[in-house]
Amino acid sequence: MAIFVDERTTVLVQGLTGGQGRYHGLRNRAYGTKVVAGVTPGKAGQDVEGIPVYDSVADAVAATGATASFVAVPPKAAPAAILEAARAGVRFVVCITEGIPAQDEARTFATLQRDFPGTRLLGPNCPGVISPGKCNIGITAGEIALPPSAQGPNVGIVSRSGTLTYQALYELKQQGIGVSTCVGIGGDPVPGTSFVDCLAEFEADPETHAIMMIGEIGGSAEEEAAEFIAANVTKPMSAYIAGVTAPPGKKMGHAGAIVSGGKGTAQGKMDALRGAGVRVGLNPTEAGSLMAEIVAGLRR
Amino acid sequence: MDLFEYQGKQYFARYGIPVSAGDVATTVDDAVAIAERIGYPVVVKAQVQVGGRGKAGGIKLASDAAEARVHAGNILGMDIKGHVVRRVWVERASDIAEEYYASFTLDRAAKRHLLMLSAQGGVDIEEVAAKDPGAIVRLHVNPIEGLSEAAARAAAAEARIPERAQAGVASILVQLYECFTAGDCDLAEINPLILKPTGEVHALDAKVSLDANASFRHPEWDEFAATVELDDRERLAREKNLQYIGLDGTVGIIANGAGLAMSTLDVVNQVGGSAANFLDIGGGANAEVMAGALEVINSDQKVRSILINIFGGITRGEEVAKGIVEAVSRVSLRAPIVIRLDGTNADEGRRILAEAGIPESVLTSKPTMLEAARAAVAIAGR
Repeated sequence: MAIFVDERTTVLVQGLTGGQGRYHGLRNRAYGTKVVAGVTPGKAGQDVEGIPVYDSVADAVAATGATASFVAVPPKAAPAAILEAARAGVRFVVCITEGIPAQDEARTFATLQRDFPGTRLLGPNCPGVISPGKCNIGITAGEIALPPSAQGPNVGIVSRSGTLTYQALYELKQQGIGVSTCVGIGGDPVPGTSFVDCLAEFEADPETHAIMMIGEIGGSAEEEAAEFIAANVTKPMSAYIAGVTAPPGKKMGHAGAIVSGGKGTAQGKMDALRGAGVRVGLNPTEAGSLMAEIVAGLRR
Repeated sequence: MDLFEYQGKQYFARYGIPVSAGDVATTVDDAVAIAERIGYPVVVKAQVQVGGRGKAGGIKLASDAAEARVHAGNILGMDIKGHVVRRVWVERASDIAEEYYASFTLDRAAKRHLLMLSAQGGVDIEEVAAKDPGAIVRLHVNPIEGLSEAAARAAAAEARIPERAQAGVASILVQLYECFTAGDCDLAEINPLILKPTGEVHALDAKVSLDANASFRHPEWDEFAATVELDDRERLAREKNLQYIGLDGTVGIIANGAGLAMSTLDVVNQVGGSAANFLDIGGGANAEVMAGALEVINSDQKVRSILINIFGGITRGEEVAKGIVEAVSRVSLRAPIVIRLDGTNADEGRRILAEAGIPESVLTSKPTMLEAARAAVAIAGR
């Protein structure tokens, strides 16, 4: 088991013939992901190192039966690409594109919700998802993730920040802890998949025994997650929130990461999570060590 | 990108929102000329991106040229909470019967647009929210349905805005929503939205924050970008297209990804140091970007050590290493580098650094973020 993607997932890459799509699509395939098709309008009939390219997502799905899409196209084209995948019946769409206008994200999400409620969008501006040893969609360097062990305990990771997602995988690998699935939900204003969505899936996944969560300043996603955890999550958790030292009112790169009016501070988020029974580390290494303690406790 | 009031008003005017007649001036003579042109009484308003202008003496009423000259002279160059006033907005003074509040933002939790409307305007809305939360009407708008005139009218009634002002307020709300969506704002706020004794409704102030990701479809934003106030470090970073925020510490920070960069600041702080900046070289950064980042850090006189924290995903270790080697050969760095390099092609990157023969006084490598932060803080404290 794992969440969202596993060894049966077959992937098409929208933008496979572009720089990012080609690089990461091929890396995902080299990891063992079943990358079965690429989509670039006007390039049907070509192939990228043996992966056939189609003009549209509908054509690619008809020919290959792909169940997931990896969207790696520029910001102007990404909203249409996401909706094209949903229209073609793809139920899981990962979008790594950075720099999509917030208004476009809001409209895209609302359209998915109204017209394609069966399609889950992960991202945009996210590193993707990896179920180690099974499937890797996105930009995560697969070798830093330790596959889950049959006897467990294994950890599920959900993170709002790309590089901190890798950091979390790395910390757990250093401790010899396997990962069921690691989900990067991205730091943009309107993420298709939230902390709460992932926490619910991890809670239901028998292969996941503990959950590590990485948040950052801005917005209220971590506070909402804390409420959900208190009411619904029985599995032990550790967490880290980036941005304790961020100056108020400054945008720290991510559109999402802005502290204003005393709301969305790292301290407030840490307090909320602690209140929900989550063990909170002050840096990624400490959160990793706390998870190692949790796992050691589960092993006894 | 935050706009000055005068830019916000000009932006509002594009969408048909009524604002006072006025113009912007950088000199006392120009300010007086504008006042003479639009007629007295006028209000001379400091253009700074900080609240509390009025209390600081940055907003003054003038009933003739002599008064306009005195006020413009006092306000231009004034320091308001660390912001030096370089421009004044001179507009025709308005008679005010009532003051309201209206704004649109994106509610991240609901993933919907959020209208906030109150009949209590002209004061800090956070205070209203704290003292009398019921006085603020919150209406979620579905981004693919938009805001109808009828819904706007209903919101105005619910906010207990008087009957005679409701149509005018509703009309402005629809225009403000258009400005917010088609104009790609993160925030579009009018405080106060005024009712004049003559019955017209009118935006007396403008607070607009634009979504930089949408700049590709707004060539009209170029003139706004030109007035953004940056320090020298920030200007250099912008030229190099880097996500940089200047801070006051002594450890220069370069990281890939906003989260890792924030985390690096946190860790430096926890081990007793202070960061000189936030700098995210982003995903997929190549050698040239890394070299540029080092140049920006190097322009900061306070920097005593440089901490490079890279965890490769899109960013590849060998590109980072090449950039450092190139920068070290091109620029004379003011401070030693401590690097922590992991992730995609990190082994290759570490090999490039090792083979470049850079002396340890210039560059040291540490295996973890915590150790790298400790080393960088130790060097900065020497």
